[in-house]
Amino acid sequence: MTKIIVDGNEVDVPPEYTLLQACEAAGAEIPRFCFHERLSIAGNCRMCLIEVVGMPKPQASCALAVRELPPNKDGTPKILNTRTPMVKKAREGIMEFLLINHPLDCPICDQGGECDLQDQSMAYGVDATRFAENKRGVEDKYIGALVKTSMNRCIQCTRCVRFATEIAGVPELGAIGRGEDMEITTYLETAMTSELQGNVVDLCPVGALTSKPYAFAARPWELNKTESIDVMDALGSAIRVDSRGREVMRILPRVNEDVNEEWISDKTRHVIDGLRTQRLDQPYIRDNGKLRPASWSEAFAAISAKLKTTSIGRTGAIAGDLASTEEMFALKDLLTRLNIKNLDCRQDGSRLDPAWGRASYIFNPSVAGIEQADALLIIGSNPRKESAVLNARIRKRWRAGKFPVGVIGEKADLTYTHDYLGAGIETLTDVIGGKHAFADILKKAERPMVIVGQGALSRPDGAAIASLAAKAAVELGTIKDGWNGFAVLHSAASRVGGLDIGFVPGQGGLRASEMAVSGALDLVFLLGADEIEMARGTFVVYIGSHGDRSAHRADVILPGAAYTEKSGIYVNTEGRVQMANRAVFPPGEAREDWAILRALSEHLGQKLSYDSLSALRTAMFKAHPHLQHLDEIAAGEPGDVRKLAGLGGAADKGVLRSCVEDFYMTNPIARASAVMAECSALAEGAATMTAAE
Amino acid sequence: MLDDKDRIFKNLYNTGDFGLEGAKKRGGWDGTKAIIEKGRDGIINEMKVSGQRGRGGAGFPTGLKWSFMPKESKDGRPSYLVVNADESEPGTCKDREIMRHDPHLLIEGCLIAGFAMGAVAGYIYVRGEFIRERQRLQAAIDQAYEARLIGKNNIHGYDFELYVHHGAGAYICGEETALLESLEGKKGQPRLKPPFPANVGLYGCPTTVNNVETIAQVPDIMRRGAAWFSSIGRPNNTGTKLYCISGHVEKPCTVEDAMGTPLRELIERHAGGVRGGWDNLLAVIPGGSSMPIVPAAQCDPLQMDFDGCAAVKSSLGTAAIIVMDKSTDIIRAMARISYFYKHESCGQCTPCREGMGWIWRLLTRMTEGRARKEEIDLLFNVTKQIEGHTICAFGEGAVWPVQGLLRHFRPEIEKRIDEYTARAGSAHVHVHEAAE
Repeated sequence: MTKIIVDGNEVDVPPEYTLLQACEAAGAEIPRFCFHERLSIAGNCRMCLIEVVGMPKPQASCALAVRELPPNKDGTPKILNTRTPMVKKAREGIMEFLLINHPLDCPICDQGGECDLQDQSMAYGVDATRFAENKRGVEDKYIGALVKTSMNRCIQCTRCVRFATEIAGVPELGAIGRGEDMEITTYLETAMTSELQGNVVDLCPVGALTSKPYAFAARPWELNKTESIDVMDALGSAIRVDSRGREVMRILPRVNEDVNEEWISDKTRHVIDGLRTQRLDQPYIRDNGKLRPASWSEAFAAISAKLKTTSIGRTGAIAGDLASTEEMFALKDLLTRLNIKNLDCRQDGSRLDPAWGRASYIFNPSVAGIEQADALLIIGSNPRKESAVLNARIRKRWRAGKFPVGVIGEKADLTYTHDYLGAGIETLTDVIGGKHAFADILKKAERPMVIVGQGALSRPDGAAIASLAAKAAVELGTIKDGWNGFAVLHSAASRVGGLDIGFVPGQGGLRASEMAVSGALDLVFLLGADEIEMARGTFVVYIGSHGDRSAHRADVILPGAAYTEKSGIYVNTEGRVQMANRAVFPPGEAREDWAILRALSEHLGQKLSYDSLSALRTAMFKAHPHLQHLDEIAAGEPGDVRKLAGLGGAADKGVLRSCVEDFYMTNPIARASAVMAECSALAEGAATMTAAE
Repeated sequence: MLDDKDRIFKNLYNTGDFGLEGAKKRGGWDGTKAIIEKGRDGIINEMKVSGQRGRGGAGFPTGLKWSFMPKESKDGRPSYLVVNADESEPGTCKDREIMRHDPHLLIEGCLIAGFAMGAVAGYIYVRGEFIRERQRLQAAIDQAYEARLIGKNNIHGYDFELYVHHGAGAYICGEETALLESLEGKKGQPRLKPPFPANVGLYGCPTTVNNVETIAQVPDIMRRGAAWFSSIGRPNNTGTKLYCISGHVEKPCTVEDAMGTPLRELIERHAGGVRGGWDNLLAVIPGGSSMPIVPAAQCDPLQMDFDGCAAVKSSLGTAAIIVMDKSTDIIRAMARISYFYKHESCGQCTPCREGMGWIWRLLTRMTEGRARKEEIDLLFNVTKQIEGHTICAFGEGAVWPVQGLLRHFRPEIEKRIDEYTARAGSAHVHVHEAAE
């Protein structure tokens, strides 16, 4: 630790601290534009200049470390000043320079109200301009469907360039031109290809990069802010839902160091227009082949009538990817009361089984744990598409150096270099048997990791592959004292919660894939399950929020609430229990899903015993105590992975494909979103272009 | 005046052969092995004693600079020598003469300097516009490889590779860290310091960047001894120097003379005098366009070396003497120089990027007189807001000429403004409109 005096206050800071950190430790506020904690240091805005006593020029505090300061000859602590005339003059000068070419268009700028330049010019600038020349004009650039540019406003801090290069791993943004002609661009004005590009809008300290879908939609001070959890993938990123009246206006990331740091994927951020379109806002009943609006009681009566004429053995239920744990618990409760054994939350056909133990289906090393890992094997997964933010965490670890990554499965651009080992289980078997060079790398590593994706586990031979993956984890030494490197990467937000509460077939019950085949069932309840196609002949009751695939197939539709319209517990891929909160109300007659199930149970003569969400949660916590510990992970038993490894089974040949083909189209809300459709088309176009080259 | 025997650059005017034969005839590559055998410390000491200061502009003592390089590599990183041949300072034309006419001095200097700092390789970064210079230099390097003077298993017993890299013609790439960035294939933008290149330089390895002239003088310093070198000039300003005299003189030239030679002597003896006689002199920029201007009154006793120029609040810089006689529109000249710096600002950091355009626009208006007198203070204030607030020294170099103008020629600007306002009739309103 080094003693240092900031504005007369002595503080003790680690020598590797920058002067900016030291000043903040001493409680002094340092203005900045280019500096960002998670990006490399550029030192180009010069806003953070401070006085170091003994140095003739003011110093950029973001770029200078305490240990780099020349020590005072008499051994006294270095003195930093942040409020002297020298610093004030420097800040005013920089502020003036930044503003001379910045347009005076704050009244029509979307950044207004949350603009660093606005705030800091109020705090550190002078009141009037001395600039009598013409302002610089810069042409706006096209950089994709999500980010709107207004390049007159750019202050060339290069945060966006550094984000694209360092965090997103797609070096598609850069600066061209010199001096005052320097411009930020994607060079040929093509769309960015990153799944994380929306984050540059948050990073931009001015209004140069703003959200295109949100353009001119709202002002920050009119929005209600609700802290919640994202359900677009199984990572459970921390989000803030900004709403006005009954509408969700935008979604922004919240900081959660353990999960998403402060990034979210474009799907998380821009899916919101999907919350407005294709909504189911009243019950429907199919009459003579056509769906007609109906009342709740009619719909319930139709279901009740159907259930009475259907044998229990030919009735089932499937929970979808966006279902909260509470509603799955309520549905399971109802099914148990009706003695229905055909239930499943694994609509993709995944063979993960809660009977194998929790360690067999969660991301054991944890997302933050990736940073401790020193070697990684990815089996049948494309983390970039399945969980873009988690992929950024892998990339972060990779950038830190000495992190070999091997991939078995499809070839893909993961944004970091990796050894492509092979496509299928032959390669996996070779690696397990030590016949592959990468096996040595994993064995020698202190904290190796194995990520296995749902693409591999949802094949018909998924159980055997799960066992092989576990065997790889065990044989290659990823499970040792204090480290469990077996990581299952889920793609559905509901999945771990569903497995935790045992939303899987009872004794002799059918799995989802078995329920879907022709002749298996006469009646099925789909709780937002849209990624599975029910065979003809089955009477489908769809409980969900969007007029997507299963609603088209449904015989009775009960309109539910989307994830921004209900409070619900979700368990992410790590097994972390998190709660999403209600930001707005469901549209029209739509109701929260648990309440629908509660009402339905009464019509079916098996009334559920809870009248409120809190009563439901009490019941659920009683049955599954670990769900009441929010933001905690109930760790799995490493022994479970060993047991799984011993399970064995015959696995087939063939490529271990990723479960996500189109990143932008993975769920009903995303499919209802025009923005996601545009992104999907752009991504497909980019893919075709690459293929043509 | 410098004796012919004391000249280092004997082929400055291409009177002989630029190649190896010619260089050897002029005494090059003579006893190089013996020099190397003095050892690293021996060479660095000799350089320190010689008192040579960097010829690129900043005037940092060469021997001291070399001594910052690690004695041995503790972490396996090699050391590099980088020669700054990105001679872009307006008015400067000395390095190109060395590369075209006496390249072997530079090559031999690279070997000795490279050995002294333990460098495994040297990179010569040649300015983009220098096509012939690069070709000559490359030809000379090829000769040196051919004759096993450098390279692996050379006759001097120190393995040393030498590469020529061709820049793309950006002024800022003459700044040492921007040069390193450019050499690494990136955009030429200065780095934040610390870390300094001696710790983290080219490809993250310890690196020393020296000017061409600095390095080309090294063999002669080592051959003839530090005492010889330091006997020329005056203390703290030793040795010979290439002066580039341009502008309103009868015979513009590049000439080698002793440090501290009076400016008037240089101009009158070598350049045929100021056009129209010494009394027709308006001002001189002594060290390349980035240095403050010196008015005629201060030119007469001016001794051309580091201390001499500092005494008149200017700087020796690259010793590029730009002479301006009384026909010069000094405001327009400075506006043109500001345009150059506005154009060459890399755009990385705020003060220089935004400020240079402002300065140029203000000066352009002042050239016509289309300004208000308060704006002269504004102009000075803007230069002060740039100076000392930037990442690299470009900021200073770009505003010093303007500060020099304001220091010495403020009445000239005021006069111009008065004339314009008088012409404009109901002046104030008009000026205001014009300014907007």
